[in-house]
Amino acid sequence: MDANLILAIDGIAYGLLLAIAAAGLTLAFGAGGVLNLAHGTLVAAGGYLAVATSSGTWSSLAAGMLAATAVGAAGGGVMAAATAALNRRRHLDQALLTFGAALIGGDLLTTIFGPDILRPRVPAVLEGTVIVAGRPYPADRLAVLGIAVAIAVAGYGGLHRTRAGRLIRATVDDRGMVAGIGVNPRLVDAAVLVASGALAGLAGALSTPILGVGPDTADTVLLLSLIIVVCGGLGSVPGAVAAAVAVGLVQTVGVTTIPGLAPYLLIFTMALVLLARRTPLTGEVHR
Amino acid sequence: MLSVSDLTVGYQHDAPVLHGVTLDMGSQGVHAIVGANGAGKTTLLHTLAGHLRPTAGWVLCDGHDVTGWRPPDAARAGIALAPQGRRLWPSLTVRDHLTVTRPPRHRAHGRAWNVSDLLDLFPALAARLRHHAHQLSGGEQQMLTIARALRLAPRLLLADEPTEGLAPAIAAHLQTVLADLPRHGVPVCVALPHARSAAALASSLHVLTGGHLNGPIDSHGTGADDALRHHLALTSAARPTRTPPVEHNR
Repeated sequence: MDANLILAIDGIAYGLLLAIAAAGLTLAFGAGGVLNLAHGTLVAAGGYLAVATSSGTWSSLAAGMLAATAVGAAGGGVMAAATAALNRRRHLDQALLTFGAALIGGDLLTTIFGPDILRPRVPAVLEGTVIVAGRPYPADRLAVLGIAVAIAVAGYGGLHRTRAGRLIRATVDDRGMVAGIGVNPRLVDAAVLVASGALAGLAGALSTPILGVGPDTADTVLLLSLIIVVCGGLGSVPGAVAAAVAVGLVQTVGVTTIPGLAPYLLIFTMALVLLARRTPLTGEVHR
Repeated sequence: MLSVSDLTVGYQHDAPVLHGVTLDMGSQGVHAIVGANGAGKTTLLHTLAGHLRPTAGWVLCDGHDVTGWRPPDAARAGIALAPQGRRLWPSLTVRDHLTVTRPPRHRAHGRAWNVSDLLDLFPALAARLRHHAHQLSGGEQQMLTIARALRLAPRLLLADEPTEGLAPAIAAHLQTVLADLPRHGVPVCVALPHARSAAALASSLHVLTGGHLNGPIDSHGTGADDALRHHLALTSAARPTRTPPVEHNR
């Protein structure tokens, strides 16, 4: 039971990180119809930058997180400019463009940082353990969980309590009427891509103490994010968060309790969710 | 302030919905566009608000050629559309609708309506501020649609079938509000399916049949009765029904 509790905390922390990464992906799709396949690469870039910057001091750790966020935002900006230049052509054209960017970006990252899985050097306090429910638990993971919760809460507040957040949700609902109140929906699309890039970079930085970052990070994160976006409903942030936590739990608790099914468990769960869903999958909104 | 001349609009090039429509909307009063389903009312209003691009003709705003402008341009120039079907945002609350919409900055606009002005105009919305659009009654949804448009501080409000599907008492209330708006400084152009209610509401009246615009007719003169008869004669004849228009920017 206790062991499962620890695993569950792991799973929730991992799930929240995936949620932070996938929330932007689902919003960018819901608002502007852009499915950014370079999203996983932005996560990996953030992770690499955080590893390269942090040297064991608190200030370098903070600098690493900031740098990861900035590189993610810059990458999001590049994707916004590139997809805007496609002038909202069909999804296949966008997929080709963003997938190409993902391949090039992934190659660049491996060239710069090498083929090994890297982990950041964090301050000594975070290297230790804390006692949770009578068992030792790595302090850095607990810190990641805390920060992930804080970001999720802040993101929820931003989406629901600010005018920018309301504009984003309105654009997901009906972009024509957003244009009708004098706001260019393409500006909203670009802002969403930049913000989701920043969140992707930050999520990448935060996940390095748990998972490290390596050549497979981008593909894994993209695959998991796509599963989350599809299961949570395209364009739905609450759906994405729920799906992400579920994926996190399946990947930790589920895989250890039923090891025989480990490789299939996630896809099996996804199939069940898709069969059970009664709402259509499209991001198209009830009008 | 807004006028169109010789306007032709269609969803396919060879099948225009509006044929050579010429219309001048002054800066006061209520103008009504009357026509049956498929006559082109929504097409005309959507073209005025920038949601559709005309294939021929001109749209002029304050004497400037604005043909083919986009919805944000129209909104910033003070043209606000309360669309048919309301098109509220399902995930936003009533208050969100009224706060996310705001008057254009650095542009000449009409009377500014803050949220409490709009709640004075539509007291029914005051108790509904935290509700989502789909939780409202049809009448309240229509009130919110008009209130959202007024938040833009428009110089002209385009209301497309504002009483569609509403109980007679609610419809009458909304018509009273629309008829009063010019006194609050907002001229209105309203599209309605029935000449009778349009004549009661509007100071001038145009009849749209099969994409051709007739009028204007002074609704308080003897012309109104003629228009009514004319309109009834035209709509009672068997006319081909058209598929409802789709907006191009979805």
